Amino acid sequence: MTTTAEAPLRGPEVVSTQWRPRIVAFLCNWCSYTGADLAGISRIQWDPSVSIMRVMCSGRMDPTFVAKAFSMGADGVIISGCHPGDCHYQEGNYKTLRRVHLLKRLIEGFGIDPSRIELVWVSASEGDQWAETANEMAARIRALGPLEVGS
Amino acid sequence: MSGKPKLALYWAASCGGCEIAVLDIKEKILDVDAFFDIVFWPVAVDFKVKDVEAMEDGEIDLCLFNGAVRTSDNDYMAELLRRKSKILVAFGSCACEGCIPALSNTTTKKATFDWAFADSPSTVNPDRIMPQIRTETPVGVLELPEFYETVHSLDQVTDVDYFVPGCPPQAHQIWGVLEAVIDILENDKPLPPKGTVLGAGDKTCCDECPRERQEKKIKGFKRIHEVIADPDQCLLDQGIVCMGPATRSGCGGLCVAVGVPCRGCYGPAPNSKDQGTKMIAALASVIDSDDPEEIDRILDGIVDPVGTFYRFSMAHATLGPVRAGNGSRSEVSS
Repeated sequence: MTTTAEAPLRGPEVVSTQWRPRIVAFLCNWCSYTGADLAGISRIQWDPSVSIMRVMCSGRMDPTFVAKAFSMGADGVIISGCHPGDCHYQEGNYKTLRRVHLLKRLIEGFGIDPSRIELVWVSASEGDQWAETANEMAARIRALGPLEVGS
Repeated sequence: MSGKPKLALYWAASCGGCEIAVLDIKEKILDVDAFFDIVFWPVAVDFKVKDVEAMEDGEIDLCLFNGAVRTSDNDYMAELLRRKSKILVAFGSCACEGCIPALSNTTTKKATFDWAFADSPSTVNPDRIMPQIRTETPVGVLELPEFYETVHSLDQVTDVDYFVPGCPPQAHQIWGVLEAVIDILENDKPLPPKGTVLGAGDKTCCDECPRERQEKKIKGFKRIHEVIADPDQCLLDQGIVCMGPATRSGCGGLCVAVGVPCRGCYGPAPNSKDQGTKMIAALASVIDSDDPEEIDRILDGIVDPVGTFYRFSMAHATLGPVRAGNGSRSEVSS
């Protein structure tokens, strides 16, 4: 699913005439990645501007990763884990919940719209939900336009 | 002039605290003077920039450069001293990571000028006269250095050999560094690898903290003037935002020992580049709630996340500096 030849972040096409958003999605191994896999198996189409990074738990998603993604050319970031109460590691997703709430406040302080970060819960059986999230996020980032980070 | 090694100290955009800190090594300053020939130190000795310009390249053996790079003059001096010095040290938090001056990277140059020269309550400037790089006057042209849009750390404008963090670096650490340099120069020992952080620890401030950490969870953050903190317990356990977990050790836990939370002046902890995002990870672990609304209520207790988490490291913040047009809901405030 992620083996398609993706151009590197901030590749030459960013400066070409046609801008397309780049969205990095951190998906937990146990629920959300499997959910996105299900969407693929079920042949549900979702926006190609979303690139998936698999992490073992959404709680592995260090806020530094999100900052780095933005600084390397991502226009939006999706973080997705198991539904509350379903975390494979008991409480990793709750930790993520608290981190993302604080991270949104931080990026707003840097003049970045907090809705460029989206936190969702997607279970292994919710392929359609994943596709919907990806499409909604892509539409939102298209409306917000490109993000410029760094000096 | 003697054949002694040559030492230069310079301040760019800084408060002068680092200069005082050098004198805090007390009578040891005589040892420094005995070993080094002080060739440039605007705050203490009377050599001028033209004296430095007249030197050979690499003539200065050691240059301790404190202060951030805010203006074209700071930039020129950074470049000049780099060229004239064998060893250039970013000395103090401003030179290492921007420190307090770099907090203005959260806003624009225009907003900074508007506030400083027109809008602040103590200023009367009805014609909104702003500093100009060149001003024609009847007696000639007056020139001022250009004020940059963003504040940079020293390593963002020139090649830096070593870093001595701290706001200011603590006297015992300064002496430790100077003693090591004297030993190296005197006995022809090898220098540490380029880019090494000197005069600081390789752990976090928490590791030096005398307080007891019980890893409690908290239901709300308090500011330091709102409570009388327990003298022995971890400040974070008491709901006081303390930068200890995200800050490099080296100060000896000075602030936390007297009941003031760590402000983060020794910069990001080893192996991390971004102090703020590390702090988010640390704070998320102490909040006692799984309910989004309650989490937001608790987080309201952190008044200025960006200013608090990047108080000393803004120049190196991954997401900085603030730029217009990033689709922020709240436009960049002045």
